[in-house]
Amino acid sequence: MQDTNIEQLKSNFSTDVLLEIYEKMLRFRRMSEKTAQMYQQGMIGGFCHLYTGQEAVLAGTFAGCKEGDDHITSYRCHAHALACGVSEKEVLAELTGRATGISKGKGGSMHMFAPEKGYWGGHGIVGAQVPLGTGIAFHHKYMNQDNICVTSYGDGAANQGQIFEAMNMASLWGLPVLYVVENNVYGMGTAAKRVCAGELFERGQAFDIKGEKVDGQDFFAVAEAVTRARKFILEEKRPYIIEMDTYRYRGHSMSDPAKYRSKEEVQAVKENRDPLMNMFDYLIDERGLTEEQLKELDKKVKANLQDAVDFATTSPLPDASELMTDILPR
Amino acid sequence: MTQTYKTTYRNALRDAMSEEIRRDEKVYLIGEEVAEYNGAYKCSQGMWEEFGDKRVIDSPITEYGFTGIAVGSAMKGLRPIVEFMSWDFSMQSCDHIINSAAKTHYMSGGKVSCPIVFRGQNAASGRVAAQHSQDFAGWYANIPGLKVLAPANAYDAKGLLKAAIRDNAPVIFLEHEKLYGMENEMPTDLDFTVEIGKANVIKEGTDISLIAYSYPVEVAKEVAKKLEKDGISAEVIDLRSISPLDETTILDSVKKTSRAVIIQEAWSYASVGDSIASLIQQKAFDYLDAPVLVESGAATPMPYAENLEKLALPQVDVIVDKIIKMVNK
Repeated sequence: MQDTNIEQLKSNFSTDVLLEIYEKMLRFRRMSEKTAQMYQQGMIGGFCHLYTGQEAVLAGTFAGCKEGDDHITSYRCHAHALACGVSEKEVLAELTGRATGISKGKGGSMHMFAPEKGYWGGHGIVGAQVPLGTGIAFHHKYMNQDNICVTSYGDGAANQGQIFEAMNMASLWGLPVLYVVENNVYGMGTAAKRVCAGELFERGQAFDIKGEKVDGQDFFAVAEAVTRARKFILEEKRPYIIEMDTYRYRGHSMSDPAKYRSKEEVQAVKENRDPLMNMFDYLIDERGLTEEQLKELDKKVKANLQDAVDFATTSPLPDASELMTDILPR
Repeated sequence: MTQTYKTTYRNALRDAMSEEIRRDEKVYLIGEEVAEYNGAYKCSQGMWEEFGDKRVIDSPITEYGFTGIAVGSAMKGLRPIVEFMSWDFSMQSCDHIINSAAKTHYMSGGKVSCPIVFRGQNAASGRVAAQHSQDFAGWYANIPGLKVLAPANAYDAKGLLKAAIRDNAPVIFLEHEKLYGMENEMPTDLDFTVEIGKANVIKEGTDISLIAYSYPVEVAKEVAKKLEKDGISAEVIDLRSISPLDETTILDSVKKTSRAVIIQEAWSYASVGDSIASLIQQKAFDYLDAPVLVESGAATPMPYAENLEKLALPQVDVIVDKIIKMVNK
């Protein structure tokens, strides 16, 4: 059934739209790689969590969402910002602690927000974004808006008690929230299977919340599931859970050498399940595009990214007067 | 002439919430037993009947979860009032109060606000022992990004709660069970509010400044009355707002009286009282005739036994004796 849906969905995407989506995934990937480089060069401080390997999850999720939907996630939030329409300039300027950053240099790597674009962060307390996202969905219901809040968290956060508290109320009150569990196999240095009993997509069962597991490396599988889930959430007035089977290539953060897994394991995912490679192959094999066309696109993304790096690194630091502003709203 | 009516602290809270819920469709009340049960302390008497399930919401007993949901809804634009049956229970949810509600405005460079009120019974209501008797004023006043209010009478309870609901910042609103039955006159005007950040000199005096918030204001009034008999004129300051703190009113008073006592139920170490003592020595040291006295709750988990609980809380006679010695030195 889902396979048929996926085939149908594929035909709904024009090649032009797919190219835009591929470009978006490239932007996530290239910015992550550039961020790692800048971190190693000492241009970025503190903690820094990258998204390489998980790009299809975001691209597919956004393909299944509509204008007016809201998004909230953990501290692994840079690509989410781009997905919501924030520019590389604003993200990199934030990462380098500049006045021109998306949070004026006050939030940093883990705290980026663009509420006017439906982006609610960017949260550093593992799992805290889940009740918050459920609260944003509460707002949608309260104001009778036909939108959902996509609330993302990882396998590491999945054991936090507050998630179950939020799910209980989301189910009781019929809140339009899509819980996206990005299972990237490791919560920091701990394999999910060592700390998670049962299946994460089944964690809503006790609260009568349906869930499913999706190949998070396959854009089309994600887009199909999210499209269907969104429709279900709004029509049935029920929350829903999708577990994305995905993988992160880098360590948990930049300070993590990832000694808890073998190089071969990482290599195998890169070679066989890479989300960009999946889309690259599809565009060539099924849509008749050439390698040159796609590489040209990559060049364009990299050039745009270099502009953003230049913008960030030449932007001024926040003025000292900014220390004591934005503490209390007017 | 301003029209007034007389009501209790408890009903003043109810009236404040009801008026604001009628005024603004984005205001709602959520908490344990606030709807069908009318509130554990009956502070929402009749509200569910009037406003229904959408605006007055019974939550499961799940403070971390419902606080997070309320904070998320506030970020998106609603104006929730979250009732904690007891502020002690906010320990379950203080992550969302501090890390989510208080800090996000700053972390987002001013983009995300969280207009929310957290309210409920704070400190020792009497004979409920250690897990239901703590004064949390200092804990929350320590956090930049929060406002902390603690009304000591029905008039302020209404005016400050209405101001808190209209404020765009997250506000901690500390009530006191021993005050719930207190009656005052207050304006019927629907736009009546009490300005946040202003202390109230409730009795003028010349020899010593007694500074308190919430129920200890009643203790301070009692102390002042007794001192009068000994010929000592005490000024009584009701802080009303703990953060922001009305430094001017405190300092002006101390400069006039040259002596100060802060009375609080909270434990002394790292408390509001100790912070005010520090403020006075930093900014009015030269005016002082005696060290600032901080009369606090005993540094012990609250005992259950009646006699021990009494000893653990600020006692009028003990404070009066200390002040007489201080003034006559």
